[in-house]
Amino acid sequence: MQIPGSGILKGLAVTARNMIGSYFEPERLITQQYPEEKPKLPERARVFPFLIYDGSDPETGIRCTSCKICEKECPPQCIYIVQDRDQNGKPIKRPKIFNIDISVCMSCGICVEVCPFDSIRMDTEFELSSFDRFSSLILDKSRLLKPNSYYHQIHPTEAAQTDERIEAERRKKQAASAAKNTPSKPTTPSQPSTPPQTPNSIQTERPPASTPAATS
Amino acid sequence: MIEELPTRLYAWFLQLLQKIGLPSIIVDIVGAFLIAISTCAVFLALFALTSVLERKILARVQNRLGPNRVGPFGLLQPVADGIKMLIKEDIIPHNADKILHFLAPVLALIPSLLVLAILPYGSNLVPVNLNSGLLYYFAISAIAEIAIFLAGWAGNNKYSVLGAMRAIAQILSYELPLATSALCVALAAGSLSLPQIVQSQNNYLLGLFPNWFLFTPWGLAAGLVFFIAALAETNRSPFDLPEGESELVAGHLTEYSGFKYATFFIAEYVGMFAICALFVTLFLGGWLPPLPFLAFIPSWIWFFAKVCFIAFVMIWIRATLPRMRIDHLLSFAWKFLLPLAFSAFFALLLWHYLGRNILSSLLSFAFIVAAYFALGYPFTQRYSPRKRTYLFSE
Repeated sequence: MQIPGSGILKGLAVTARNMIGSYFEPERLITQQYPEEKPKLPERARVFPFLIYDGSDPETGIRCTSCKICEKECPPQCIYIVQDRDQNGKPIKRPKIFNIDISVCMSCGICVEVCPFDSIRMDTEFELSSFDRFSSLILDKSRLLKPNSYYHQIHPTEAAQTDERIEAERRKKQAASAAKNTPSKPTTPSQPSTPPQTPNSIQTERPPASTPAATS
Repeated sequence: MIEELPTRLYAWFLQLLQKIGLPSIIVDIVGAFLIAISTCAVFLALFALTSVLERKILARVQNRLGPNRVGPFGLLQPVADGIKMLIKEDIIPHNADKILHFLAPVLALIPSLLVLAILPYGSNLVPVNLNSGLLYYFAISAIAEIAIFLAGWAGNNKYSVLGAMRAIAQILSYELPLATSALCVALAAGSLSLPQIVQSQNNYLLGLFPNWFLFTPWGLAAGLVFFIAALAETNRSPFDLPEGESELVAGHLTEYSGFKYATFFIAEYVGMFAICALFVTLFLGGWLPPLPFLAFIPSWIWFFAKVCFIAFVMIWIRATLPRMRIDHLLSFAWKFLLPLAFSAFFALLLWHYLGRNILSSLLSFAFIVAAYFALGYPFTQRYSPRKRTYLFSE
């Protein structure tokens, strides 16, 4: 026969064990004291995209060639790119304006998947709230550009893989240029992506109206 | 020295007033106010402390940290809460009865402060030594029920009326076992005066074991009934369904905001401490130390330590048990608590008239255990509804 009230005592024992345990077993307390203690994000966490540059100077080291594939693929169309030109008005492979409207961005990561130059990657920075609804939520080139070391810091595995791939491609290219006399060789994997890039960047001098992010 | 600290401070202050040259009647009035204000202040301070410690304990039970932002360890949280409550808008509904709406929180707070007058806080610390203190306690605390119904009615809101009706049904049902179990103590001590009830528990079995009423066979049952009924009287969980937010927005508190709401909370917590203090006085030997050689610790420290322990048990129960259903609540009061209180009464008669010795204790203990199992048996059975028969279908 069951003793009346024994269930209550059992429940009281459980709560007492939890209460006393929370003082002696720190693994029980899973609360993160957020502003002081930053959350440990999983390695593949992604928030908004950023641009990678090599070396120390963001202007010369920028990997982006302004091919505008990401701009075209972006589902909510939050990327706006204008290609840079030299003094003669000749387009150069570098963006003059690169804006991402993070109030529109949906963190899908498609821009990262399509980028043939490994120049755009997902950031883990999430403290982006501001008092200004418009200009501070449009990240321009100066806020987007971050060094490759930062990429290694936030996504070590992914960054190492990317670096390996770039290194392998560079070696292949070197080998190809070294063996110039054989013309069949220079069909490197990076080659197919470059042909569409050149005509695009020259012809599409679209007005800003095509990107809703820039107009808002 | 520390034992007599409050009384000495009081006497010193009155002497100071007399030295200034005030007439003796004014000195008496000031002295009375001093006692009243200091008693209220102690319990309001306890309320403030509990409001944060309760949240801390509940959090720890749920493996959280609890409030820790305001002040060291979050101990200044009640200050922040008080400021928040004070600067909030005091909303009076358009169709509310404005006078009653104002009166209800006041009427809730006053009785819970009034009952503090008769509790013996220490060996010589009784604000008012009434010879019918127990009766006074139950008479005054009954006013709080009117306040709850007034609050529910004045808001002109269906939820608050429903909550108030539940509260009345609950408090009236639990008043009976509460009073019956307190009556057992009054009979055993032979007095309704609370200081005398404490004095009657003032001896130690074999010079070691405290002779408190909770440790008598009938007192075990009466204490259990009193404690459970006290939980229900003060609307503590698991009997907090007058303000069950899952079905009635906040019960009788629905239409209250700002400081009136806070007043209800103060009343509830002070009432909780008052009933804890009454429990300690009746069953746990009031200000008596648990072991005779611990008497060097001042009696009022023992009293408040016991009160805080009982309040902690109440919070512990709140962290453990879910809210009851209203029909379960009432059937528990009428089918279990009240018969158990009566059987405690009979056990007390057995114990007393067979001579208060070991044999009578054993007999009355056997009686109590039998009554407990017999009364508790239906509650251990799993509820299985009968097969429903339909009149017109099939």
